[in-house]
Amino acid sequence: MDDAMIKKFGDAIYDAYVARKTIKPLVELTDDIEIEDSYRIAKHFIDRRVAAGETIIGKKIGVTSKPVQQALGVYQPDFGQLTNEMVYANGAAVDLNKLIQPKAEAELAFVLKEDLTGPGITAVDVIRATDYVTPCFEIVDSRITDWKIGIKDTVADNASCGVFALGDVKGDPRKIDLTLAGMVVEMNGELHATSTGAAVQGSPANAVAWLANTLGELGMPFRAGEIILSGSQGPLIPVVDGDHLKCTIGGLGTCEVSFEGRAAV
Amino acid sequence: MSLTLSREEIVRLASRIETAQVYAHSIRKLTEEYPDMTLEDAYAVQTELRRNFEKAGHRVIGWKAGLTSKPKMIQMGVDKPGVGFLTDRMARPENSVITVSDLVHPRAECEIAFMLKSELKGPNCTREDVLAATDYVMPAIEIIDSRFTGFKFDFESVIADNSSSARFVAGGRPMYVEDLDLPTIGVVIEQNGEIVAMGAAAEVLGDPAEAVAFMVNVIHDMGETVPAGSFMMSGAITAAQAVKPGDNVVARFQHLGSVSVRFSD
Repeated sequence: MDDAMIKKFGDAIYDAYVARKTIKPLVELTDDIEIEDSYRIAKHFIDRRVAAGETIIGKKIGVTSKPVQQALGVYQPDFGQLTNEMVYANGAAVDLNKLIQPKAEAELAFVLKEDLTGPGITAVDVIRATDYVTPCFEIVDSRITDWKIGIKDTVADNASCGVFALGDVKGDPRKIDLTLAGMVVEMNGELHATSTGAAVQGSPANAVAWLANTLGELGMPFRAGEIILSGSQGPLIPVVDGDHLKCTIGGLGTCEVSFEGRAAV
Repeated sequence: MSLTLSREEIVRLASRIETAQVYAHSIRKLTEEYPDMTLEDAYAVQTELRRNFEKAGHRVIGWKAGLTSKPKMIQMGVDKPGVGFLTDRMARPENSVITVSDLVHPRAECEIAFMLKSELKGPNCTREDVLAATDYVMPAIEIIDSRFTGFKFDFESVIADNSSSARFVAGGRPMYVEDLDLPTIGVVIEQNGEIVAMGAAAEVLGDPAEAVAFMVNVIHDMGETVPAGSFMMSGAITAAQAVKPGDNVVARFQHLGSVSVRFSD
């Protein structure tokens, strides 16, 4: 795809994000799009947000679980970039008025204390380079109408990233079994779902290693201090005004968010 | 709810179930013959079955909870779990080979088991009572088996069939409950090396100790107490997996190690 088309699609997604509107799936707008093009479109979308004053503070990994991979027909994860505008404090109310068609995912977040430059990174390096892990909620959102996304659409749309909140406990990844750590998600005081880290690529550390290697191939930096949302451990949770979500991982405390207002769709 | 079956009918149904269990053949659900059968009738048949086994020299070593997860209760149209008894003849060693030709529809599920150091009795047994009476917990795989044709059953038939109890394997690492956060204990089940199910112990009534308290109260209604030394299996954390000869099932528990079992003809 030529640069003009990349810019055109990146601008269209940015404009949809700003206006809280949706656009048709990109694959319905052109036959001529590969995943590499989608990542270039996503970069243009994020470059526009950075030009408007946002700062990149980390990455999110998506398409990490088997059911989602089967649904999209792709057998590798994808990633998007996190900015300072996306952050909510633990316990805060997420403003749905700023989102289009949000859904919540409970995940494990990593914060790096060392740069992690791929290729050649393994899960072992991830543990070494991690400052701490903590439970988190990512509120995914799609600028594509009715979430009718294939892998190329979601990658171009910054991996459907919306906003996120991290827990307060800074857990040492050397003291927890990331694969078997159980996660309990409660919605409005009722048990909603449980899972383990194994839902994400066998271990969330595997997903972070994949990200480091993928960023390395693309020549993108992956720095100490960055936040990584490692991928949803359970089903997507639709949310509306008044909902409250709580995610608990044994030894890592909780992350809680509530929701206020009305999303665009 | 009350007893609607006569003593003769209870004896006859218990003997029919015992024969089906011993000779591994399937029978039609009991409610086809007795559509008005109550839960009290069902537990009366189960009690008769237990007495028959005890007369034959089997030792009752504890109890198990069944249908402890919300999806299973909804599937069965009930709002509470079921209870069954465990005998020494159902126990199999860790890493042993379980013969499936003497079972009807064997399926494996993983649970947290409680070993009691003091007696528990209902009514009004609570989670706190259970924790205070627990010596240690350990992981277990239960092999359930339904003796009803084509997996067609209802709650009353299942209870009479000793809540589908068949075999169990305890293993892994015993732990004191005070060293654990029971609801967030994660478990991953692997069948022939592939992850087939996962979850956290909160799937069992929010906390597996709640399931043990529930059992103690049902056992009280059956006119029994639960002595020190009883082995209490608290109910499946994940969906049961159908097993066939040649299969290997491993349940990996956070903090509690793993339990492994193989299946043969």
